[in-house]
Amino acid sequence: MGRGTTATIGLSKPVLTLAGGLTICLALLAFGAVMIGPYGLTPGQTLAALVGRGDRQAQIVVWNIRLPRVAAALLVGAALAAAGASYQALFRNPLVSPDILGVSAGAGLGAVAGIFLSLPVAAIQASAFVGGMVAVGFVTLVASMVQNTDRTLTLVLIGVVIGALAGAATSLLKVMADPYDQLPAITFWLLGSLAAITTEDIRPALPMVLVGLVPLALLRWKINVLSLGDEEARALGIEVGRTRFLVIASATLITASVTALAGVVGWVGLVIPHIARMLVGPSFGRLLPVSVLIGAGYLLIVDTLARTIAQVEVPLGILTAVIGAPFFVWLLARGRRGWS
Amino acid sequence: MLEARNLAIGYGATKIGSDLSLRLGSGDILCLLGPNGCGKTTLFRTLLGLLPALAGTVMLGGRPITAQSRAEIARQIAYVPQAHAPPFPFEAIEVVLMGRTARLGLFGQPGQRDREVARSAMDRLGIGDLAHRDYSRLSGGQRQLVLIARALAQEAPLIVMDEPTASLDFGNQAQVLAHISALSHAAATEGCGVVLSTHDPDQAFALDAYVLLMKGGQACAHGPAQDVLTGDTLSTVYGIAVSVETTTSGRKVCLPSLVRQSAPTMTSDALTMA
Repeated sequence: MGRGTTATIGLSKPVLTLAGGLTICLALLAFGAVMIGPYGLTPGQTLAALVGRGDRQAQIVVWNIRLPRVAAALLVGAALAAAGASYQALFRNPLVSPDILGVSAGAGLGAVAGIFLSLPVAAIQASAFVGGMVAVGFVTLVASMVQNTDRTLTLVLIGVVIGALAGAATSLLKVMADPYDQLPAITFWLLGSLAAITTEDIRPALPMVLVGLVPLALLRWKINVLSLGDEEARALGIEVGRTRFLVIASATLITASVTALAGVVGWVGLVIPHIARMLVGPSFGRLLPVSVLIGAGYLLIVDTLARTIAQVEVPLGILTAVIGAPFFVWLLARGRRGWS
Repeated sequence: MLEARNLAIGYGATKIGSDLSLRLGSGDILCLLGPNGCGKTTLFRTLLGLLPALAGTVMLGGRPITAQSRAEIARQIAYVPQAHAPPFPFEAIEVVLMGRTARLGLFGQPGQRDREVARSAMDRLGIGDLAHRDYSRLSGGQRQLVLIARALAQEAPLIVMDEPTASLDFGNQAQVLAHISALSHAAATEGCGVVLSTHDPDQAFALDAYVLLMKGGQACAHGPAQDVLTGDTLSTVYGIAVSVETTTSGRKVCLPSLVRQSAPTMTSDALTMA
């Protein structure tokens, strides 16, 4: 391997070191998060409970309450960061978030409709997932029918339109919902939370996120080339339409899966890829794994705060916005380029 | 080998040019000259198969370009766009490596050999030291060289360059031209055919190129620079008085007259171009 070329692509040594370091941090964070809570545990108790020994009560807390929640936080953070990194590369804009094509608005409508119809939790989650997928499917379909040379911009604009329509339908349902029972549930869902998460909730989301991550990981080089723009990517030998569709489908699957699980959690997919890019540069083969690791850790910290800083659960969306919004302003102040 | 026969070019219902024919083999330099809006970029996009021809065919390697995949096309013809800034701060070598994309499979990643090719392409243009610099922070001239290196890494026998010297300073223009000349003269071994557009007819002389002179979407003259680029033809195409003179070193240069032309003709000309 030539001198200096090792650092250019793939998982080179410094990147592997960083990824290893982040993984260790993540494990420590997760261990800490399992200890913290209303029923506080010592490291010894936690370890014992994890290996199935010790206090019966501690085992129940660790296995039935804390671990599902920690796992869900890791999954949601990792998924949103991965989807955000993908969309940002695809739309050639570092200020894009995973809901750019209306996946959150669609999932929100699906979940709200489920709550409105008083469906069971699993059905609400399924309805949210379907809502998110249908919204983005609709966006790509409408965009493909519009004759415009700039496919990317067309997609984004149609995404805004469909998102607004879904938002309007959601508002209508909120107006019609029972204000004492359904409306609080709707509001809480739209702000995102992992409060009621169980292992059963994670079970359908996990494989979908993994299925979505595989094409993104495999297409990592093509995604770099796509970020040069349609015309150049085609001239470099990429079937842009097909590849873009695959990336959108994967990123949407990931986002819809975790949105169904956790509700609408904003800002993570926007902010985390930036931090990852500052650490390892824009090359997607490095950006994706590092985004996944940082996203998982970030949401774990935020969710642990959400369940510990106040007597009541603070919705995740509120915390991620409080942290993400100032960061976003800081990014703008640094003078990032917008649409190129 | 690139061949276009009786092309009509344009976007959908808007026809921009017609009856355009050209041929390019290894070692050829074809220089497209013409005023702004004469259809050079549209012709390029059509030649690259990025825009469907409204009539006529583009043959690449003996087969219609429309029957070939993007990867097949990219292995035969490389495109050097005008130097641009991508939204993300890729390293220069990563940009060059992107030239290897057409040689990787659907899920392929550049490997050891690709990196070596990218390296040597940069070395060949004397920009090896830029490899790990942030491409988006390079100067215009450096970026243009990186994009040419990318085309070299693509290892395509044909290269299309859209105004490769636009927005470059005097020294960089000469450097880029020297590289283009060297590319085609390595023809005996590697056979690089180059199509480029330019606003400077002197460059056609400097490169000893074959010239396609365009105006309003039509080819108004074609042939070796020596024959085509005369004071008369240039005056007609650009709407100003031009004289072509030979310097003491034997190279020809085009000298536009700075005397104001009859203003109305120019204005109406400029309007038809737009």
